Amino acid sequence: MNVSSAVVRAHGLVKQHGRGQGRVRAVDDVDLEVPEGQMLAVMGPSGCGKSTLLHLLGGLERPSDGEVWLAGQRIDTLGERALARLRRRSVGFVFQAFHLVEELSAAENVELPALLAGRSPREARRRAHSLLERVGLDARARHLPSQLSGGQRQRVAIARALVNDPLVVMADEPTGNLDTAATLDALRIFEDLRAAGQTLVIVTHDERVAATADRLVSMRDGMFVDDTRLAGTGTGWLGGLIGPED
Amino acid sequence: MQDAVLAMLAKEPSHGYDLRTRLRQSLGPLGESMNPGQIYVTLARLEKAGLVVCERADGLPERPERKVYALTPAGQQRVAAWLTEVGWPKPDLAEFHLKLVAAAAARLADPMQLVAAQRRELLRRLREAQHAALAEPAGSAAALLLEGVVLRLQADLRWLDACERAWSKVDDESEGA
Repeated sequence: MNVSSAVVRAHGLVKQHGRGQGRVRAVDDVDLEVPEGQMLAVMGPSGCGKSTLLHLLGGLERPSDGEVWLAGQRIDTLGERALARLRRRSVGFVFQAFHLVEELSAAENVELPALLAGRSPREARRRAHSLLERVGLDARARHLPSQLSGGQRQRVAIARALVNDPLVVMADEPTGNLDTAATLDALRIFEDLRAAGQTLVIVTHDERVAATADRLVSMRDGMFVDDTRLAGTGTGWLGGLIGPED
Repeated sequence: MQDAVLAMLAKEPSHGYDLRTRLRQSLGPLGESMNPGQIYVTLARLEKAGLVVCERADGLPERPERKVYALTPAGQQRVAAWLTEVGWPKPDLAEFHLKLVAAAAARLADPMQLVAAQRRELLRRLREAQHAALAEPAGSAAALLLEGVVLRLQADLRWLDACERAWSKVDDESEGA
């Protein structure tokens, strides 16, 4: 794989918690390349290190060892301010608990990262409006998060993650707090993003979410134990479920 | 399929093409590989069995799709019996389970690798079913059927997780012994 085509790249990535006997390697020597436009799902039991991995890839935490590259730029060696600026502009985060600002309306929540990235208020408003429309919430733009359902809040959070045209969207258990219908709404949005060529890394324990991805990595005890390509493997088996004769 | 075709005729007498269209609508992507001629074969069998009767054939005799079929009293009875029958389509887990047991006992293969391969295959199928479900308009009959396919695959995947936990424990114990 051409290095320049990888939006996210990690090499020899290690994250260690604690010292001496109590030392735990949450992420243990991981190599990863996510090419542009790929939707990657990371699955594994709780405590396998998948959330820590996402935090390392998105520059929310720093590795104990190894390298993290974002679109050809090494980020684990950046200073705090440069890293914060890069995160704001290049990475869109979606969390299980939504992490919306409760005092701000849906539209204001979406506008905020655009303003922080230095866009004009007018441009931020324009972007927020079009993104809320894209996730089907233009009618709720003035609602506070407390006036929205869980599924709607997560859609606002997804719109917020997209407001600065990020290189990559990183989602940590995005459907963990959602019921089936809201999960399907979120999956439809991720599917639209994938079709539009957005690079996505999604950490999940939900098989449905994982199955939407192009590629699935399984993690156990901080390590990758399986790396499967799911895209383009259609077998037409659904049509075969109804037998030719009864 | 015979029972389903009979039950569809309970609404009103109908011809093969119409029945096929109704079947395709209810099944969505699951009905895609149905042989177009299958419905006529099924109707011919049902007629032979005395469960349906050809009411009239408007059009030419060599065009079977124009034959209108109706239920006979025997056909109506069979529909009633089918509706009250309670069944459960058996999931075939035993074969894979025995494969793991045999592979481990004879050291033919690593059960963990068999589980991983099986999981990959199920995830590909889940992906296909999931994409088909997302493509259906919400609330359609076909979407509901696909939801069932997705839920069964999820259940199978969770069982594979249980297999992985159990067989990895067996591995640890035999290494420790």
